[in-house]
Amino acid sequence: MTIQHHLPDDLLLTYAAANLAEAWSLVVATHLSLCPACRRREAQLSAIGGVALEDFAPASISDTALVDCLARLDDEPIGLMQTQTKRDVIPAGRSILPQPLREYAGGDVDALGWSYIGFGLRQHILPLDGGPQARLLRVREGIALPEHGHRGLELTLVLAGSFSEGGKEFRRGDIAVADEEVEHIQVVGRGEPCICLTVADAPLIFHQWLPRLAQRFAKI
Amino acid sequence: MLQTAGKPEPSWEDLLSAVAEDRDKEAFAALFSHFAPRVKGYLMRGGASANQAEDIAQETMVSVWRKAHLFDRQKANASTWMFTIARNQRIDNFRRERRPEPDVNDPSYAPDPVVQPDREVSAIEDTAAVRRALAELPEAQREVIALSFYEDISHSAIAERLALPIGTVKSRIRLALKRMDTLLDREAYGDAE
Repeated sequence: MTIQHHLPDDLLLTYAAANLAEAWSLVVATHLSLCPACRRREAQLSAIGGVALEDFAPASISDTALVDCLARLDDEPIGLMQTQTKRDVIPAGRSILPQPLREYAGGDVDALGWSYIGFGLRQHILPLDGGPQARLLRVREGIALPEHGHRGLELTLVLAGSFSEGGKEFRRGDIAVADEEVEHIQVVGRGEPCICLTVADAPLIFHQWLPRLAQRFAKI
Repeated sequence: MLQTAGKPEPSWEDLLSAVAEDRDKEAFAALFSHFAPRVKGYLMRGGASANQAEDIAQETMVSVWRKAHLFDRQKANASTWMFTIARNQRIDNFRRERRPEPDVNDPSYAPDPVVQPDREVSAIEDTAAVRRALAELPEAQREVIALSFYEDISHSAIAERLALPIGTVKSRIRLALKRMDTLLDREAYGDAE
């Protein structure tokens, strides 16, 4: 299935420049692992970094720096030093959570502790130090998420199942971007639960009192 | 590929290949003389002291020696690749927050589509062409792109600096990149818009 909904350029550019908070970088990196088109775009945007590097006023380097550096090379094993294989939670086979997300979550979806927060929703909050919060949501099939608005940016990356929003369908790898101007109802497709990664930089705004009450307990 | 005046006869790409394949120290020294001062400049722009920046610039060059076999001229030009190595060194040394990356060895990683060899060349952005496209942008658009890479600050910091709503910064970045696409396509294929 080809991915239909991609990362916006401004996010990819900030990721390429390495100026993005960790939670956003996690969504970007997880989408990139599923989307060759955005990987290519990110490589294109990194070329601006290449130009910047060439344009920086060269800072003077001490006279001995090259000699010091060459001396250190002698200590490096000659030949191909393979990059170390990362500690992997699931050793082989495809998983619902691709890297780097699986490492953050501590395993694939069935190994995680999910907490029920009402409305057919379960969540697993990812451990990050500060910044915007990242969580995995597992929503029962056919459920409509309560209508909500945003005080900031919200990114939702589908990992399993699907949801529809405003006549558009979002499936594995698709990313939904919402900001202050978007108020949406997301309806989960039939057949299987929808699992998605979602990051928001401010609490969501619910319009009904019941979700508002639940929100106080679920920290959404 | 690189056409800027003053580029050495073996290109930077050739020198990187020589380091990878022949462990060529002369090639490495030439790369060092050109890139180490620029990497140091980049790190100082990001807030590092001169001493720290020099240490990390040296670290970056050692990393280039170790990783040269990973350089693929089909995927990036030398300056872009050097930028990504320096960027990762900066994150490892100066940033508290991690910057997760996709893992090419993960079974869930979606492989790149097979591209015909004759189309492959256009996948690499030529540094000189990107620089010309940047220079042709309207000043307001060039500024937001430059601030991301040259001043090393986030969108909200850019918005604060320029006294603009963050939405305006984002839409300016998108417009600027679209404009650059048009300019680069025109340069590559000689088409009118």
